[in-house]
Amino acid sequence: MITIYAARKIITMNPAHAHTTHVAVRDGQILGSGTLEELAGWGDHTLDETFADKVLMPGLIEAHSHLMEGSLWAYTYVGYFDRLSPEGEMHKGCKTLDDVLARLKEAEAKITDSDAPMPAWSLDPIYFDNVRVTRHDLDQVSSTRPIGIMHASGHILNVNSKALELAGLLRPGINHDGVPLGTDGLPLGELKGPDVMTPVSPFVGFDRDMLACDETGMWKFGKLCVRAGVTTATDLANKLPDETVRLFNEVTGHAGYPARIVSLRYHHGIGPEELIAHAEALQPQSTDMLRLGKIKVVVDGSIQGFSARLRAPGYFNGAPNGLWYISPEHLKIILEQALARGIHVNTHTNGDQATQLVLDTMTEALKKHPSADHRFVLQHCQLADLAQFRKMARLGMCVNLFANHHFYWGDEHYKLTVGPERAERMNACGTALREAVPFTIHSDAPITPLGPLFTGWCAVNRLTASGRTLGEAEKIGVADALHAITLGAAFTLHMDQEVGSIEAGKRADFAVLEDDPEEIGAAKLKDVRVWGTVQGGRVFPVADL
Amino acid sequence: MSLPVTVLSGYLGAGKTTLVNQMLRMADGLRLAVMVNEFGDLPIDADLIEAEGEDMIALAGGCVCCSYGDDLIAALGQMAAMAPPPDHIILEASGVALPGAIAASLDLMAGIETAGIVVLADLAQIAKQLANDYIGDTIERQLRAADLVLLTKGDLTDAAQVQAARVAVALHAGGAMVIEARHGRVPLDVVLHPVRSGVLETGEPHGNATGLVSEVVIPDSDVLAETFAAELAARKEVIRAKGHVQTALGLKTVQVVGDLWQVTDAPPKAIPGVVVIRLRENVEG
Repeated sequence: MITIYAARKIITMNPAHAHTTHVAVRDGQILGSGTLEELAGWGDHTLDETFADKVLMPGLIEAHSHLMEGSLWAYTYVGYFDRLSPEGEMHKGCKTLDDVLARLKEAEAKITDSDAPMPAWSLDPIYFDNVRVTRHDLDQVSSTRPIGIMHASGHILNVNSKALELAGLLRPGINHDGVPLGTDGLPLGELKGPDVMTPVSPFVGFDRDMLACDETGMWKFGKLCVRAGVTTATDLANKLPDETVRLFNEVTGHAGYPARIVSLRYHHGIGPEELIAHAEALQPQSTDMLRLGKIKVVVDGSIQGFSARLRAPGYFNGAPNGLWYISPEHLKIILEQALARGIHVNTHTNGDQATQLVLDTMTEALKKHPSADHRFVLQHCQLADLAQFRKMARLGMCVNLFANHHFYWGDEHYKLTVGPERAERMNACGTALREAVPFTIHSDAPITPLGPLFTGWCAVNRLTASGRTLGEAEKIGVADALHAITLGAAFTLHMDQEVGSIEAGKRADFAVLEDDPEEIGAAKLKDVRVWGTVQGGRVFPVADL
Repeated sequence: MSLPVTVLSGYLGAGKTTLVNQMLRMADGLRLAVMVNEFGDLPIDADLIEAEGEDMIALAGGCVCCSYGDDLIAALGQMAAMAPPPDHIILEASGVALPGAIAASLDLMAGIETAGIVVLADLAQIAKQLANDYIGDTIERQLRAADLVLLTKGDLTDAAQVQAARVAVALHAGGAMVIEARHGRVPLDVVLHPVRSGVLETGEPHGNATGLVSEVVIPDSDVLAETFAAELAARKEVIRAKGHVQTALGLKTVQVVGDLWQVTDAPPKAIPGVVVIRLRENVEG
């Protein structure tokens, strides 16, 4: 059964036929793209005109997200920016602290169980002049029900008095950098860093394992993918116990599930040898719709949390250097063994010292285990300088840059964390392109919203939330951005043989767009409307979600 | 009653595993719970293991070992909820973790108290590690947080290197007690309840290459318990003492920790004898 789709325009990402008008599909696979006459030779077919006035692109690929984005929508959204829910409802941004409290009160009134905790997410006081949100503020919403709000960065939790009381922390004598105290000597309800968040988060309704995702969350994540034109998405850090793998297989194997999920085994909590063994055991459990067997290693923390590892001259505000989340020795074992066994490794490095450690370690590991095509990916890699990009190119590494971060927190980096010069070089897509480092760009959803076209807009315009152009020299063109969110991403995932372009033999994965991203203009790339997706030949209109 | 936790820190290869095994061998009825980041290389000597579960290993003498993976708080909660609860938790931090931050977080948990921070330093490696661009500052921060620094592997290192290492450690360890200990041979109580020396040092460890001396003292005749305890407490080299002495008023229990002492009535069936843990005089070092 062959279907030939007619479109206003097809952007193929295949340089031999960059733009076409028709694509023929059989059993979820592309037979070819070209004119109707060229494709008719495949034999009996149905001509489908559904997309006659749409623009088709290869299905977009989000190479750094977390399925947790789906689960968070069970909680109250209090972010500063408007955000589209999986159900297509635009949640208005909370522009002041009063807006946040009003939103919480509204949600609180709907909960019938008087003791039930109330979790909320995506608070970002950076946009309210960094005003400190306290338990007294949240007590206005409820003094009897535990309330907790996760910050957009994921690194700070604000709770009310009831939550502190339940966790045994509403007492004097607490002495911890991450727990600011009020004039009464009691905690103010701001909990900074995972060390102090985890003792309290279960009391406010956040699961202990924030990265885990349940079935409902997975379906919501799938809907967000369709709305964003995404057909393959990563779940970048998961412990992947057997029950999770079973759930993922069950859900992604459902005929109505719209996204291929690539889930990476997270290094934390197990030794390097066990990690390698688990990745090897996971790999053969992969299906078309669920890809397993890759490893994620978190090397350092975050720049805005001052836990990233920076080289000299360090943090702009003089904060001490950040934290290692793995020892150089364990990193070495993982990289060497992964190279020896052909396991794909993705390293989270935010600071440039963490990036340098990975580059140094890879240099040595590759002498022991030469690999012509390992494509290990530096994830985030926000602060890398030109020399580091040159090195990446020579080592055969790829990079996945956090373009969205530049928009949401670029102003903070300029003023506070790394200062103007280094803020301008952050997420250096232009350098990656010039130095021929294969690259893609990401949202890190739920840290920022899933939406590769928005991410592309960020990389093309490099505007911050306040409107500052940060790093003119690192801008890339629209065509390069579109490549980064399709074939570029596929390459970094070792999946460019299967997805990322519209050409014969590849999966029939398309982003179906109302507007033409090549014509709409760089400033409006984020405004391209998504009609839906085709995933493995199955059609998913946004309107039917 | 709070459950005491000793945080055991130190970079990879500093000898944490050896020390933990020694402590388990010296437990002598004390129910120790050892918490490790991961079971990767099983940290416990095979002959101490009685039964292995997925996250918990039952050990000889009622001790246990568990891995906390990426959820220390939950694992601590489980430990505290054990029936009966352990007498003491030894929390082995990962090689790059900051023990000061861990201790600060432990203090947030109800029913848990930090007994102290012990940092191990490999005499053969520590100077090189402190000078390393990547991990030097992490090791400094570990040493700075220490109540007790145990210098390990001195037998594998030449004298000049040992001396350089001692100076390097003293520079960062502030007021911590610094003791050289080979093969994890340190009296259990010293590790479980580390006490800072409070004296800033510049190179010499407070204990010498053979570590601490533990001896049993039994006075020849009746003593005044208070005087006996006060004298022990006044001796700078005495770190700990605990036991029973015969007095004109019957058997009394004396306890000495640093310069603090306490005298109470002895429990029934107690026998005279005081275990004194002290630093050996610095003649060999």
